[in-house]
Amino acid sequence: MKRALLLLLGVGSLSAQVTFDRIVNAAKEPQNWLTYSGAFGSQRHSSLSQITPANVKNLELQWQYQVRSLEKFEATPLVVDGVMYTVQPPNDVMALDASTGRVFWIYSYTPSSDARPCCGRVNRGLAILGDILFMGTIDAHLIAIDAKSGRPIWNREVAKAASGYALTHAPLVVKDKVIVGTAGGEFGIRGFIAAYDAKTGNEVWRFHNIPEPGEPGHETWKNDGWMHGGGSVWVTGSYDPETNQTFWGIGNPGPDWNGDPRPGDNLYTDSVVALDADSGKLKWYYQFSPHDEFDYDSVQVPVLADMQWKGRARKVMLWANRNGLMYVLDRTTGEFLQGKPFVEVNWMNGFDEKGRPMRVSGKVPTRDGTLIFPGNQGGTNWYSPSYSPRTGLFYIPTWGDYSSIYTKNDVEFEEGRNYGGGRPRGTVNLARAPLNVRKDGEGFGAIRAMDPATGERKWEFKMSDVTDAGILTTDSNLLFSGGREGFFYALDARNGELLWKATLGGPVQSGAITYSVNGRQYISVNAGSSLFAFALRQ
Amino acid sequence: MIYRKVLFMRVFTAFSFIFAAGLAAQHTYTSGDIEDGALLYRGTCVGCHGPDGNLVPGIDLPHMKLRRASNDDQMIAIIRNGVPGTAMPPSNVTEFQAGTIVAYLHSIGNTAGGAASAGDAARGKAIFEGKGGCTSCHRIRGQGSRSGPDLSDIGAYRRAPEIEKSIVDPDAEILPQNRTVRVVAKDGTATTGRLLNEDTFNVMILDSKDRLVAFPRANLREFTFVDKSPMPSYKDKLSAQEVADVVAYLSGLKSVEVK
Repeated sequence: MKRALLLLLGVGSLSAQVTFDRIVNAAKEPQNWLTYSGAFGSQRHSSLSQITPANVKNLELQWQYQVRSLEKFEATPLVVDGVMYTVQPPNDVMALDASTGRVFWIYSYTPSSDARPCCGRVNRGLAILGDILFMGTIDAHLIAIDAKSGRPIWNREVAKAASGYALTHAPLVVKDKVIVGTAGGEFGIRGFIAAYDAKTGNEVWRFHNIPEPGEPGHETWKNDGWMHGGGSVWVTGSYDPETNQTFWGIGNPGPDWNGDPRPGDNLYTDSVVALDADSGKLKWYYQFSPHDEFDYDSVQVPVLADMQWKGRARKVMLWANRNGLMYVLDRTTGEFLQGKPFVEVNWMNGFDEKGRPMRVSGKVPTRDGTLIFPGNQGGTNWYSPSYSPRTGLFYIPTWGDYSSIYTKNDVEFEEGRNYGGGRPRGTVNLARAPLNVRKDGEGFGAIRAMDPATGERKWEFKMSDVTDAGILTTDSNLLFSGGREGFFYALDARNGELLWKATLGGPVQSGAITYSVNGRQYISVNAGSSLFAFALRQ
Repeated sequence: MIYRKVLFMRVFTAFSFIFAAGLAAQHTYTSGDIEDGALLYRGTCVGCHGPDGNLVPGIDLPHMKLRRASNDDQMIAIIRNGVPGTAMPPSNVTEFQAGTIVAYLHSIGNTAGGAASAGDAARGKAIFEGKGGCTSCHRIRGQGSRSGPDLSDIGAYRRAPEIEKSIVDPDAEILPQNRTVRVVAKDGTATTGRLLNEDTFNVMILDSKDRLVAFPRANLREFTFVDKSPMPSYKDKLSAQEVADVVAYLSGLKSVEVK
């Protein structure tokens, strides 16, 4: 089932080991991209500024690598001292020369046929510690791989693939541990987040996303619905070294669209949890969508920022949620500071004093269907947002004017089978690219630049089709993103002005990164089945 | 043809469809589910089974005349798994989606064949090419205009009642790919045509002169959808018999022979 395909084509640049201290201080080495979101704060922002609004028009393609897969290419690469590591779907790890795109080695892993991911055999990337790469697999294994040779070091089964569990996100390394969460929210799993010893692969701690009897939060499950309560994780969390808290977004409760089998708020689904990174103990949580029936996974990247908040410095967490609301939380305590819609929202109409959303009567799935804004794919989704300390703006990949009609059905749990209990009916065919004949009222993609202090939109760059692309910003006030149409473009982060664009021929389904090799800044992004790297014309 | 005028404007019809599902719990399919089943059927099944589900000899899907299935559960299983050794392939639809297809087939089994059975295809062809003036917009097997949808094989994917509805009430349903748009360039030049594609930076149209035209959005000052179909209603232009004749003609257009 598992075979290592080794293509040793050369010797990579000699690099020091990626210590935990280097990851904590990733901002000091902007030539590298050391975690899924670039740094523990997950701002997907770089201080590299060789490429500027004035010269970005001179970007040109340096290399392109076409992966040997036609499956969705959602991985964000890591770059360490001139070597790029990424994942060809479903689970082939590759090391490439970051300046030429030539391959050093490929580790090819064949997932078990038991794997049954809901939404494609995707992988979103890797983590690194020392000389070891870590990959979660679609059949719910966690594998450690030698970064120099591509040889596997250890392989642990995190959960049973046949029961619907999968690992799709890039792991997060904190100190000597590798943290992952389980996907599978459409199969009635009971999701968890777990830390593994980076050297041995032994499990160190486990946090139950769905608390069992005796654990705090279990009282929000009024019957035995918790046993199949969902609560998946499929996007990488963040980490605050000052408080030693790691933050993770948790997915929808199961069944997705019929809440009848699970009365109660259903903690910790659709929540962010702050865990002690050493023990996995819960420090605080905030639930964005109690008793969700709209598949509003809170599986977004927790973006950490230090900013002035109502006259005083505050350590906050910015969160653009699939439910259509943009939140500001105090990341030390979990205090709700602000929540405002960034798209049209009709399922709630405000918050109580504790930050709990107030539901609109009748806005629930029904047998005949109920129209809900935002629709099932959300006002945003897993696509990485970006926060620029330079502009102070929070940039959200957005689906505007987008709704679904939610219906619900009776459903019974059966292990390994879909546990949806209904379904959303789209107002438009979501798979419309490359032929798109949509109207605005059927949804459109956009980059929305939000002022986190007020929740107000500063500008918008509107796309014709919807978008699955993340956002990268730089200290030189550039913003890079793309969309389903295959465009990759640069905007002025201050006002949204289009500065440069390229047609890459396939949808951009990941977030761009930037790095530099020998003093030359590169911008890299996936589109279609290819990985591209751009730099200024020399 | 189905025109989803932004679905929140849709009035859900009052009926829902219940069918037994063998050992599984009984499922209820809403009118919306059945519409989705229709879309799936047209997308994946109609090519072999035809719009009325009776194109394969010996099989009439809407009326449950089947070789290897005698209930809905078995139909659902065949839709998903195919029939090895035959032309029936497996598909990647979910169990629920397969159920909506079956529900759709039941729904059309309960509707009459429509005007086609009462019409004369030869007379319909004459009306289509003559009195009806249909070829001024539509094209069939190389003859006629391209400004409207090509109807060369319309009978292969649209049922007679649907064709009839499009003739007498063309605004009721317009497929997204048949939408008409009007663009006005910054120099004031206006163009109307069928929208073939658009993206963030470009709009692509088949215009009224049968030209494939692409407009950079940056050069446009106006881009609007024309809400009504350019096709007039023939409800008062043709007699009921004449409509039936045209429907019979179009329903018989099943395939395009390519030599």
